[in-house]
Amino acid sequence: MSKPDVVAGILWLGATLYAVFGGADFGAGVLSLISERDGELGSRARARINRSLTPVWEANHVWLIFCLVVLWTAFPRAFGPLMETLYVPLTAAAIGIVLRGSAFAFGHAFSGRTKRRSEQVFGLASVITPFFMGCVVGAVAAGAVPADGAGEPFSSWLAPLPILVGILFVTSSTYLAAVLLRDDARRGGDPELFRYFTRRAIGGAAVAGALSVAGVFALRSDARFLFDGLTGPGLPLMIASLLMGTLVLVGLVKGVERGLRPLAAGALVAVIWGWGVAQHPYLLPENVTIDAAAGAPQTLTAVIIVFIFALLIVGPALIFLYRLSQMQVLED
Amino acid sequence: MIVDVAFALPLAADNLLAARETMAFTLGFHIVLACIGVALPALMLIAEYRGRKYDDADALNLARRWSKAAAVLFAVGAVTGTVLSFEMGLLWPKFMEQWGDVFGTGFAIEGIFFFTEAIFIAIYIYGWNRLEGWKHFWTGVPIVIAGIGGAFSVVAVNSWMNQPEGFTLAADGSVTNVAPIDALLNNATAYEFPHMLLAAYMVTGFGLASIYAVGWLKGRRDRRHRLGFIIPFAVAAIATPVQLYVGDVAARGVADHQPAKFAGFECVQETGPNQTEWIGGICTDDGVEYGIGIPGLNSILVGFSTDTVVTGLNDIAPDERPPANTMLHLAFDGMVGIGSALLLLAGWFGWSMWRRREPPASVWFWRGAAVAGVGSVLAMWMGWIVTEVGRQPWIVQGLMRTEDAVTDAEGLWFVFGGAVLLYTALGVIAYKAVRVLSARDDELAGIPYGPPGPEPEIESVEAER
Ligand code: HDD
Ligand code: HEM
Ligand code: HEM
Repeated sequence: MSKPDVVAGILWLGATLYAVFGGADFGAGVLSLISERDGELGSRARARINRSLTPVWEANHVWLIFCLVVLWTAFPRAFGPLMETLYVPLTAAAIGIVLRGSAFAFGHAFSGRTKRRSEQVFGLASVITPFFMGCVVGAVAAGAVPADGAGEPFSSWLAPLPILVGILFVTSSTYLAAVLLRDDARRGGDPELFRYFTRRAIGGAAVAGALSVAGVFALRSDARFLFDGLTGPGLPLMIASLLMGTLVLVGLVKGVERGLRPLAAGALVAVIWGWGVAQHPYLLPENVTIDAAAGAPQTLTAVIIVFIFALLIVGPALIFLYRLSQMQVLED
Repeated sequence: MIVDVAFALPLAADNLLAARETMAFTLGFHIVLACIGVALPALMLIAEYRGRKYDDADALNLARRWSKAAAVLFAVGAVTGTVLSFEMGLLWPKFMEQWGDVFGTGFAIEGIFFFTEAIFIAIYIYGWNRLEGWKHFWTGVPIVIAGIGGAFSVVAVNSWMNQPEGFTLAADGSVTNVAPIDALLNNATAYEFPHMLLAAYMVTGFGLASIYAVGWLKGRRDRRHRLGFIIPFAVAAIATPVQLYVGDVAARGVADHQPAKFAGFECVQETGPNQTEWIGGICTDDGVEYGIGIPGLNSILVGFSTDTVVTGLNDIAPDERPPANTMLHLAFDGMVGIGSALLLLAGWFGWSMWRRREPPASVWFWRGAAVAGVGSVLAMWMGWIVTEVGRQPWIVQGLMRTEDAVTDAEGLWFVFGGAVLLYTALGVIAYKAVRVLSARDDELAGIPYGPPGPEPEIESVEAER
């Protein structure tokens, strides 16, 4: 494996962790928005979401920073064109991030009407942000970002595939969050809430599954290169994902209590890595390869070293945080 | 002046200006919260240390209430920082494309510090009830370290823009021999990093103390308010003299390595020895008018002798001179002036604490302290204006012009307008949120008065309980 490939792997790992942790975070926001209609149970759901998210949301989102930074440091020749072409959905995602994070924090300070409104903004922004991020990823997949960055500002992402990926980001995040929160509800000793999130997870799984099928067709027509990769070298991972997803769904329907979290996350991870394998050696499919995008070799080495330090320092700290959070040591 | 330009030019639909204004505005917003993120954890820890060591309930109460406000402010700091990361690429794609791999390592290292900060902040803030005693205190220590490290790595990037090092420029313009560590440890980092770190401690220390100084003027003089004033003010007061020393070093560094910037903010028109140091005034082609001049002092400050030759704008190519020299000059003088005023205030405080173990009793001291927070924020903003506007027309000093780095994307003025609206709302709501939190704390502590001013949300706080 060449040095740029190693760093691309690091980038992909960051993206995976963001998809899992950040995704669950967004999904929890979507669930909070949906729960508005569910009366007393809904407000219990929101309280649960709030308690689960409060200590970890900021850390969950540092993965995004990590990806941006690795992208522009290690692959400046991909970062520039990406930003130049897809500035519209990227700006929208940035606005979503601001609204989401600050509304969530404000929800803790205020009470009454202001609190409710903060929660609503938080929920809406939890839909907008992953949607536009999905559009960005979909547009990249469709090969809409040329090497010189002079892509179309609108038609690059206002197309079936990017929009489908956007919706898929929202729904799969929601599904993942419901599976995770289901566990939290069980641990918190609330069987009714456990069943509530189980229903949400099943619903999410159904929608995300149907969209994925549609996605396969969209890929076939709009991103042939990626489609070939996914059905070629990426196929084992896609099958693994399908299997895990099916197992989760069966488990949900049967009311299995434990062990679904890693499977649900695993299904997502397998798709992301299948995708990575499929688009290799491109970073921006069919336009910019990993090697062509890569920055100076000394910088790539530096990024690898920084990453090792991050593993040693941040890894244990993150585990510590999640442990404390699970043990309900952290509270408002 | 910036405001004038900002309003006059939407008509010209100038991308470059829109991008610059957007960058400046969002950075100016983020940096205030970043200062709090860097320095407030240390203040909380000092209070907690005192509380635990001496069984001081007031001190513990302060640490707790500060950490509640911190939860809100850090969140806004984190999201505005995330936006900045987007902006680097959205506004300056060509800058990132050409130089990202040279200076990027700084941001990569910063990632580690952000993680550390986000993780331990959460543990610290939400661990008050369940983490026992000193264990809780120690979860705060990594935050302080992460704040220092984060400030270092991001400021090192800015220093690199001012004094780019750590690479070789080949004849065809391509960048080779990149040395990431050399890029970070460039000449300017040596003074920009400590200067910014100290600024963070001054902004946060004086800012927090200001709130209690206002309370003192309104008659809130119990032990908790006194302590709430002394801890942050003392920290800021210690930082102040060091800050002025570092600023002095910085000025010489700029004179040596960025003569155009120095000539711009000091309004030096003709190269030569025995330069006059001008205080205030307006910068014209013939030098400063309406200012107070101290003959020879400028040369002395740069080289400790009136014989020191200072480069003037006449030796800088016209299209490489910094813009808006009057604004630069006044911004520089404003920073130095406020810094000197704060030094006096800090000295007064130190003297009084030494002689009487009490802050000064004079109402003038407390009035000064009440505006010291705003003053240090202003000083910091002005410092950044000197640094950033003074570097123009370069985004990378001497190597890339800002106009060559800017995006071709359309509608940037809408982005700027949207940013102003969104951030203004954010600032107002964050301010209110902190006020509500502190009012709630007062109630919980059975203190009959809240913070000064109207408290529209108090009823709903009660209604909830
Ligand atoms: C509390 C804030 C504060 C105070 C009291 C001062 N400064 Fe400052 N100054 C800053 C906050 C600041 C800053 C905002 O933090 C800057 C912007 C970039 C940097 O590194 O620090 C800065 C930049 C800056 C620069 C430009 C550096 C460059 O372009 O690379 C110079 C020459 C000085 N300062 C000099 C001084 C002097 C001589 C001071 C007092 C005697 C002083 N500063 C007080
Ligand atoms: C340490 C991190 C910082 C970095 C990496 C940084 C980077 C940049 C970049 C890339 C630009 C646009 C290009 C240019 O105009 O040269 C810029 C402009 C600007 N920044 Fe900074 N900046 C930093 C901190 C700050 C802070 C904290 C402030 C303000 C409080 C600030 C104020 C400005 C201003 C006023 C401009 C516009 C200058 C002009 O075009 O006239 N900067 N900065
Ligand atoms: C171009 C310049 C800058 C960029 C791109 C930037 C980027 C960011 C990002 C992405 C975050 C969020 C991290 C998180 O999620 O926790 C952040 C927060 C932070 N930044 Fe900046 N930043 C810039 C300028 C500065 C400057 C000049 C300083 C200080 C000297 C600074 C200090 C901090 C600190 C301390 C935090 C943590 C915020 C908090 O918890 O309150 N940043 N910044």
